[in-house]
Amino acid sequence: MIACPPPYPLPDSILLAHGEGARLTRRLVREVLLAAFDNEFLRPLADAAVLRPIDGRVVMSTDSYVVNPLSFPGGDIGCLAVHGTINDLAVTGAEPLCLSVALIIEEGLPMATFARVVGSIRDAARGCGVPVVTGDTKVVPRGAADQLFVNTTGLGRLNPAVDLGAHRVRSGDRILVSGTLGDHGIAVLSARGNLELESDLRSDTAPLYELVRALADAGVAVHFLRDPTRGGVSAVLHELADAAAVQIVVEETALPIAAPVRGACELLGLDPLYVANEGKLLLVVPPAAVAAALACLRAHPLGRAAAVIGTVGATGTPEVLVRGMLGRLRVLDEPSGAPLPRIC
Amino acid sequence: MKYVDEYRDPRLTERLLEAIRRVVTRPWTIMEVCGGQTHTLVRSGLERLLPDGLRLVHGPGCPVCVTPLEQIDRALAIAAQPEVIFCSFGDMLRVPGSSTDLLRVRAAGGDVRTVYSPLDAVRVAREHPDRQVVFFAVGFETTTPATALAVSQARRLGLSNFSMLVAHVLVPPAMEAILTAPANQVQGFLAAGHVCTVMGYEDYVALAARHRVPIVVTGFEPVDLAEGILLAVRQLEAGRYAVDNQYVRAVRREGNRAAQQIVAEVYEICDRPWRGLGVLPRSGLRLSAAYAEFDAERRFACTAITAVESPECRSGEVLQGRLRPDQCAAFGRRCTPEHPLGAPMVSSEGACAAYWKYAPSRPQ
Repeated sequence: MIACPPPYPLPDSILLAHGEGARLTRRLVREVLLAAFDNEFLRPLADAAVLRPIDGRVVMSTDSYVVNPLSFPGGDIGCLAVHGTINDLAVTGAEPLCLSVALIIEEGLPMATFARVVGSIRDAARGCGVPVVTGDTKVVPRGAADQLFVNTTGLGRLNPAVDLGAHRVRSGDRILVSGTLGDHGIAVLSARGNLELESDLRSDTAPLYELVRALADAGVAVHFLRDPTRGGVSAVLHELADAAAVQIVVEETALPIAAPVRGACELLGLDPLYVANEGKLLLVVPPAAVAAALACLRAHPLGRAAAVIGTVGATGTPEVLVRGMLGRLRVLDEPSGAPLPRIC
Repeated sequence: MKYVDEYRDPRLTERLLEAIRRVVTRPWTIMEVCGGQTHTLVRSGLERLLPDGLRLVHGPGCPVCVTPLEQIDRALAIAAQPEVIFCSFGDMLRVPGSSTDLLRVRAAGGDVRTVYSPLDAVRVAREHPDRQVVFFAVGFETTTPATALAVSQARRLGLSNFSMLVAHVLVPPAMEAILTAPANQVQGFLAAGHVCTVMGYEDYVALAARHRVPIVVTGFEPVDLAEGILLAVRQLEAGRYAVDNQYVRAVRREGNRAAQQIVAEVYEICDRPWRGLGVLPRSGLRLSAAYAEFDAERRFACTAITAVESPECRSGEVLQGRLRPDQCAAFGRRCTPEHPLGAPMVSSEGACAAYWKYAPSRPQ
């Protein structure tokens, strides 16, 4: 009996030919990407996905992910790219409906690494119940990209019942966060290897839509909602202070910060308020809604360490202040670039 | 967090401040030497809680700030060379040279890398035998044991592609220079705790006696600083001028002998120019003859450096405690972290950076 020869396995690393539109491209798309993301919208592998009609106002968000290293404790670039875009939709008040995924791959990336990231995208998207309906792959020569860049674009449907934004923020409102600050940034920094920080710290990368929906379902009057990613809580508060023309006062002693993050920040001279989060909400609620918001957040696994961290002060001059450990107010500076670790 | 929270205790700090208020009967001027201490004072607001007349002035203890411009220009020239991987602590990247800074050199194609330890630079040299790896060795006595260890490891490994651009400086000669300056107002010092962890404080005993100034070896948290100020004020009020050690949890009188030994093996004392203070005799370290082959200044011919200081930058006066950063006409106007005129605005230990970062009001 003559057995059919097995198809040639895919090479063990990504080649330029994988991006040139010929047979290797088609095999990569079918054997890796479609195999992972398979759904009725993607399956025709057409130039564009045709979706079902969407009832309501459509929300769209896009983000690109360039993290180094690709994997870090608690996640990798794949789940990060899914959660990041879903969270941008969620904090806008939208229910995420579908995603596109575009991959820019550096020639020579091990196929196993590529497959692992694709698997991570698949698992994260499935976990959120959001299909990947279209995508793109490009391969660039070695050195033209750093291993793998991922772009995701998401579509969502706006919840007509919510009205979020700086225009709703009032003097006296309270500022809450859904958990510990700085976990993602420090986890990535410690995964870079040259710091030799040993801890069990994990990135907080997580989809926040469920948590946002729980707040909406519980009828919590949220005025403003963001996920404080790059630039940390500081960046969001400065944007809010500018947009709403208000003073904001943060209570330093109220900030929830995990011990390893505090330790690493002390060591490196960093402030957790500037460090990135990938699974946290920052909310502004009226004083009457604080108890309900905290109860709702703390009832969810992603909001157990929720805390009130500050207050919206007088309107007029946009300003972010921190009340320090001795009770004195100081300016929370907006750094001009990434914070740099110090000498000693 | 242990060893941190207890030294940030607001009640304990308040009790110490109360004790300071009880002891003080006259105006005094005390200098905290280290930029890390300056940052804690400004960040916590401690200096604004001191009794009237008790004045803290900020010292030269920011190694990045006192590194002279020509040395920074030399670093920038070396970093721009195509065969070089230039390794530096993060603090140095935004410090302006005469015409550029390390971040801009990197953007223009230079291979500039941030490292967290000098030993990381040695590792980079092992990983890239075809490239010249240069480490910018900046810092006071605190940093010298680690850089000494790096160069001695490089020699042991036979790494011919590793070198260091050395800008190490020593604290006691700077304190001496401040005390002997004609316009000096400093009556007591809070010495830099971490420097004394390495070097001990025997040198300070003679300094205190010679100039009749109290010196208190002090830590970096609000409780440390409040206690250091109290100990200094007690001495001043009593007319004493001894050395007290507030930072007993980290400092012994003789310091860390093993660290001193490796520093003495690798470096020798030399005269060194300081930004704002001029050339101070016996105030710096250079590689000793046995390690001269690792000296980046010899390896890279970059002697024809003409540094052009900003005529507006008054960092020299700031570093000697003669000018508070917010008294400088350029502060927050023509000098900001985005457009610094001098290093103290961008170094993490710089006094101007502390005032910019934490000051309750800035010029609009």
